[in-house]
Amino acid sequence: MRYAVRRLGFFVFTLWVALTINFMLPRLMPGNPALAMLSKYHGQVGPGTLKALEILYGINTSKPLPEQYVTYLHQMLTGNFGTSLEFYPSTVSSVIGSAVWWTVGLVGIATIVAFVVGTWLGIIAGWRRGGRLDSALPPVFVVTSAIPYFWMAMVLVLIFGITLHWLPYIGGYDVAGDTPAFSPTFLSDVLRHAILPAAALLITTVGTWILTMRNTMITTLAEDYVRMARAKGLPGRRIMLDYAARNAILPNLTGFAMSMGFVVSGAILIEYVFNYPGVGYMLLQAVQSEDFPLMQALFLLITVAVLVAILIADVATALLDPRTRTAA
Amino acid sequence: MSMPISGITTGQPDAGPAPALDPVGPGVPAATAAVPGGAASALRRMTTAIRRNRKATIGAVLLLLFVLVAIFPWVIANDNPNADAFKPRLGVSTAHLLGTTAYGQDMWAQLVWGTRNVIIIAFTAGLATTLIAVLVGVAAAYLGGAWDGALGVLTDVLLVIPLFPLLIVIAAYANGGGTLVLILVITVTSWSYTARQLRSQALSLRRRDFLEAARVRGERPLYIIVVEVIPTMTSLIVACFLTNALYAVLFASSLQFIGLGDPNTVSWGTMLYWAQNNAALQTGQPLWAIAPGACIAALGAAFALLNYAFDEIGNPALRPLRRNRVKRAR
Repeated sequence: MRYAVRRLGFFVFTLWVALTINFMLPRLMPGNPALAMLSKYHGQVGPGTLKALEILYGINTSKPLPEQYVTYLHQMLTGNFGTSLEFYPSTVSSVIGSAVWWTVGLVGIATIVAFVVGTWLGIIAGWRRGGRLDSALPPVFVVTSAIPYFWMAMVLVLIFGITLHWLPYIGGYDVAGDTPAFSPTFLSDVLRHAILPAAALLITTVGTWILTMRNTMITTLAEDYVRMARAKGLPGRRIMLDYAARNAILPNLTGFAMSMGFVVSGAILIEYVFNYPGVGYMLLQAVQSEDFPLMQALFLLITVAVLVAILIADVATALLDPRTRTAA
Repeated sequence: MSMPISGITTGQPDAGPAPALDPVGPGVPAATAAVPGGAASALRRMTTAIRRNRKATIGAVLLLLFVLVAIFPWVIANDNPNADAFKPRLGVSTAHLLGTTAYGQDMWAQLVWGTRNVIIIAFTAGLATTLIAVLVGVAAAYLGGAWDGALGVLTDVLLVIPLFPLLIVIAAYANGGGTLVLILVITVTSWSYTARQLRSQALSLRRRDFLEAARVRGERPLYIIVVEVIPTMTSLIVACFLTNALYAVLFASSLQFIGLGDPNTVSWGTMLYWAQNNAALQTGQPLWAIAPGACIAALGAAFALLNYAFDEIGNPALRPLRRNRVKRAR
């Protein structure tokens, strides 16, 4: 349990760093970008909002920096992220709330499928060392790991959306012909819109799981206890799953945690290509319209999500593998 | 753009130094690698290893090709990549190998001249990132104690903060600062992964005899780090450079794609940005987006293939097996 507490402390510290980066960046940049943002939106949003933003970004204020910092931290920790400029007069929190579920659904499901499929393929590739799967997979996935996420998404759009007309490739549902409701038609529409983005995410992330799993399988298969299992004459399937894969899966879990950041960046770009109404697309919209309050809040949200995911994976690894409890 | 491949075998922080971290090339006794000033011989060993490993050869040839195109673009593309000199939206022809853009620029010229920007980013950001990683990783391992603690926390924090959103936020505030800003932002944020790899290798070197000897001679820590430790780690440092260069290419292209680079630079990422802005896929100009993306993937694959080969060289257990051995093992 001490391990979990220490990790938790580390994550709180990391969160504080992210908050501080958020606070310092606009103040450090030459020509204060926040000032440009405010002048851009002058006249479009109410004077009260502008005043609040000036306080948030330390403009037109005589308050010293530390005091600004304390105000900022207090606002962030109480969930007060201010007003969105792009979607004025909605608050940032309400704007994000509408986007978050799209991303959770899309990225969550695609990641779990990628993990399961990738780990399974990795087990088989490592077990049948030098077999057809094993010799074909690594080179293929070395190459796919170098493909930009957004480009893979564009290729899928071109093939299955534009050329073959099989699947929709814009948005999360048919905006013109469908209204959001818990009806079978709407849900199936959502599913159809999710297939291409999910496939893009799956293709670009599954290689990681396969390679990690294959490589740790190979290391584990050389262990003495595997040799003993063979000497006992246990069936191959049992050795593969209960002796080798069971131990080899732990580094894959750690890898899962480490690659969360990559999944997130992939999701941002893929949502952008598909105009998917999730958090990533919204982040880029906020960047393009210089809606800094929304951008900052989204960055924090993504950071927290990644930190929580890593923490869960960490604790799971510690529960499953006694060796990690004291180390780290 | 998934996890660095080389890291997968080595990136198990809790499992102690992984076998892939062994700096010693194939068939070379450990003692040779531990000789101070062994950097030159390590490089020679690497060249031989690249020639012997098929993946590495493909990667090296591909990389060399792109570097040559970046240095001498006029050899294969005469047109000015920026001039809106032609009719817009021309198809593929001998005059315009890939057709023209919606602005009437020659796409082949853009693609060829755009190589330079990407190669510059790959090598400068890759080298700078690796330099920081080496300094932080080796210093943390060698100095130990409070230094290790502080640098370790710094590394870990950067490791878990999602990098790409952070890059987006910084680039957004920097507001279209061009290639130099891209390089700076990528360098400052993305060294942590390789720093961690280098740290665990440096840790395994700490108690080697030749370092003890240097300490007994009374050398200063900085001298020992630069002259004794770093040359011993040449092959891992090269592998780290390959990882960092791959990520520099992918991150920079992604940022340019979403419009956070300077949209006037000639570069693959910028081409993709303009293609997306003009709905190139929907308006029957797929090559505008497909060609630069394929180049990014090919350049990235060159780095990834070299890197993967380095992993195989460093960790013999991962090398492809002959089939008859597999049967016996089962």
